[in-house]
Amino acid sequence: MPMEIFDLTIHELHDKLESKEVSSVEATRAMLARIEATDPKIGSFITVTKEQALADAEVADRCIADGKTGMLTGIPLALKDIFLTEGVRTTCGSRILHNFIPPYSATSWEKLKGQGAVLLGKLNQDEFAMGSSNESSCFGPSRNPWNTECIPGGSSGGSAAAVAARQATATLGTDTGGSIRQPASHCGCVGLKPTYGRVSRYGVIAYASSLDQVGPLTRDVTDCAVILGAIAGHDPKDSTSVDAPVPDYKAALTGNIKGLRIGLPKEYFIEGLDPDVQKTMAQAIETYRKLGADFVDISLPHTDFAVATYYLIATAEASSNLARYDGVRFGHRSPQADGLIDMMTKSRSEGFGLEVKRRIMIGTYALSSGYYDAYYVKAQKVRTLIMHDFIRAFEEVDVILTPVAPTPAFKIGEKINDPLQMYLSDIFTIPVNLAGTCAIALPAGFSANGLPIGLQLIGKPFNEETILRAAHAFEQATDWHNRKAEL
Amino acid sequence: MKYQPVIGLEIHVQLLTDSKIFCGCSTKFGAEPNSQTCPVCLGLPGALPVFNEKVAEFAIKAGLATNCTISPRSIFARKNYFYPDLPKGYQISQFEEPICLKGWLDIQVDGGLKRIGITRIHMEEDAGKLVHGDISGLEDGSGVDLNRACTPLLEIVSEPDLRSADEAIAYLKKIHQIVTWLGICDGNMEEGSFRCDANVSVMPAGSQTFGTRAEIKNVNSFKFVKQAIEHEIERQIDLIEDGGTVVQETRLFDPNSGKTRSMRGKEEAHDYRYFPDPDLVPLVIDDAWVQRVRSELPELPEQKIMRFTDEYGIPAYDAEVLTASRPLAEYYEECVTLNGNGKAVSNWVMGELTRALNDSGASIDKCPVTPRLLAELLKLIDSGTISGKIAKTVFDEMWRSGKEPGKIVEEQGLIQVSDSGAIEAIIDEILAREAEQVAEYRSGKEKLFGFFVGQVMKASKGKANPALVNELLLKKLNE
Repeated sequence: MPMEIFDLTIHELHDKLESKEVSSVEATRAMLARIEATDPKIGSFITVTKEQALADAEVADRCIADGKTGMLTGIPLALKDIFLTEGVRTTCGSRILHNFIPPYSATSWEKLKGQGAVLLGKLNQDEFAMGSSNESSCFGPSRNPWNTECIPGGSSGGSAAAVAARQATATLGTDTGGSIRQPASHCGCVGLKPTYGRVSRYGVIAYASSLDQVGPLTRDVTDCAVILGAIAGHDPKDSTSVDAPVPDYKAALTGNIKGLRIGLPKEYFIEGLDPDVQKTMAQAIETYRKLGADFVDISLPHTDFAVATYYLIATAEASSNLARYDGVRFGHRSPQADGLIDMMTKSRSEGFGLEVKRRIMIGTYALSSGYYDAYYVKAQKVRTLIMHDFIRAFEEVDVILTPVAPTPAFKIGEKINDPLQMYLSDIFTIPVNLAGTCAIALPAGFSANGLPIGLQLIGKPFNEETILRAAHAFEQATDWHNRKAEL
Repeated sequence: MKYQPVIGLEIHVQLLTDSKIFCGCSTKFGAEPNSQTCPVCLGLPGALPVFNEKVAEFAIKAGLATNCTISPRSIFARKNYFYPDLPKGYQISQFEEPICLKGWLDIQVDGGLKRIGITRIHMEEDAGKLVHGDISGLEDGSGVDLNRACTPLLEIVSEPDLRSADEAIAYLKKIHQIVTWLGICDGNMEEGSFRCDANVSVMPAGSQTFGTRAEIKNVNSFKFVKQAIEHEIERQIDLIEDGGTVVQETRLFDPNSGKTRSMRGKEEAHDYRYFPDPDLVPLVIDDAWVQRVRSELPELPEQKIMRFTDEYGIPAYDAEVLTASRPLAEYYEECVTLNGNGKAVSNWVMGELTRALNDSGASIDKCPVTPRLLAELLKLIDSGTISGKIAKTVFDEMWRSGKEPGKIVEEQGLIQVSDSGAIEAIIDEILAREAEQVAEYRSGKEKLFGFFVGQVMKASKGKANPALVNELLLKKLNE
């Protein structure tokens, strides 16, 4: 079967653009046509910026003609609708922002754009990034390209589905408790959550400020390294972004992981783990053994408390972060309000969906006078313990290998009325956000009924190179990433 | 029964930084509504605060000047509440770990000194402003002006150490003097750049247990603060005397009636849900930073008073008056450096200069009589070129024209006559003309001496050297 343009990775398309085999306008048209053809089934796009994309592609083609190109020049990308894009509606999957056109762009998008990337549009997501299935979006769920009855995962569901459906060469998502890695795993793509502070959060709509981090979703590990290199680095507009040098991530992909010490935390290989996931992990471990890695049994003793801790800290921060949506300056304002308080109350009641309201209420409660010490302060203490779990583990190992999610993608509607079950789908990803370190999800196999299963590699803080190298070596030794969802 | 009032003040000081506390927007007062805003101070989605370190420097200055400990690590916290002028739905402030802790100030109370404790000083952002009524595009609506949003404030919180409205005012004035002296606040109470909330309670005299307190919000002049506290003390005492109990509440002062009224009770009190702001990293202040700010601190009023009395030999009262503001003290000192006569300069600054400033409403830094001109004038007196009386005329002329005093004396022929021959001639003429009075004087009515002096001075148009006139007159009359 001949390779279509929309099937190409960033580095493959880059080579074809360089050699003038394909122009950026052609590539962009191909992606737009692909979106048009497949999105009615998938629903990964909230907004398609067709004209802007073609105009950007023309500019990129001129740069290519002038020989002024980088890895991203002319590459058609799409962004989770949580990234502010100047002049392009940004909804965060919420009715309360259904009409919000931002006057400025997120730093991460500015960086990609500055390197010549083309914006195809804005991607579906759980409302305010709160969800694990993309079902809380006010635009309706996006669907898993491998089985459209299933969820693509969340909250960056559209970002993962768009990559798996080859609607965009790569996408950006955000990860607060697994929101990049879990959908990447469910859709069979590569997703990286960088170390907290590695990528600027400026212009990214905040869910939980101490946990949110921007990262790429891509076809393969090389693309992931390319995008990370483009968006990483200190941003004077984000005080929590760290001023540390940005290594050449692509150069780190040497293929050599001989002697790499990989930790297997016993708390992540529990009974009740889906048998397909279990089998996939066992195969992955075998693959790594063959590649020359050494395995070490480790313990992350406070893992059990991670989900509870997360749902206190994240909701507490969210309850405050979402206070600005009051109908006063932008976004939805209730047309039938009587007076100030009524206007704010109605605008918020009408504008926010069920899951967002649930989390605002939990967070408000956790911060309330009389409960603050018992919930928020206690959660912060546990967070410190979880962080120490990882610090201790990384004294013995270079990388930690775990499943991304306890099960493959579930059916749309299956867990929507059971928030606790839904929350548990992030059980293996949440501790990484609490610890503030980095982790990558990559395709590692398929379930019996043909749904992708991902593998998670957790790295030391600011050591994305090592997990990228380990992921890349695995990718070289397997062909899971080459499988394509048929649409 | 006698009652003892207990008062603590929370003073809000708007800082004179050029840009806002968490973004680069200008803090200038009076610009077009919302013209000094950006995504950060508008609270747009995705915007993040970046701390302006100048604010920390100003806070350290205030802390050092009020004997506080500067925290090596302090953190920002979010104070959550909904209001249309609060764009993010929370105010970034400091709560559990503020920048300055445990300071004090001495205030004058009945001639003695009383030490008032300062609990803490913290940094925070201001909110915007609601504009009601006639706004373009909105008939009879309300608008939000966010120019002021995110301008830096310090909140200086006192211990409940104040025991009367007068003490509260003395303390408030002291803080006002210090922050304006440091140049970190313009002190303008009407524009709201210096405002205060007062916590007031009363307890039976001699008791150790404080009564329930009421908080009086945002009172915008010294006079009103005094009125508000006095009224509140009276209200609480009356309430207790009538068998009632004071409830914890927030009250508003109404300047028209001079009374306070309930704004919200304890039940309606906000639960601000403070928590550390995850968008900002802890502020770390090392010793070197504190030392640098300390070395840049101006000499403070108290130190200046001591030095002025020591160095320039002026009474403590003078030194205190002269240090009421930093420009006044600097004026005095500049003048005294040029002239050397501490007391003479003090008399002139406190006398003629203050009068002229008050009459014209000018501020001292725009005063037409510069310290150099005043020093020149005093030199003319010291050298006997003009008399003190003539000097006042010259001063008024300098104020009008800004001319050199020497030039004014020369142009208007005001040089003092110290030639005894010339003065004797005038005396002779007067004594001849006023023979009757001379006779009376010589027969023992010595009170008339002043009359002769006056006549001589008048005849000389004020230019005769008064000491010489006295001496020669005495001699002639007693001949």
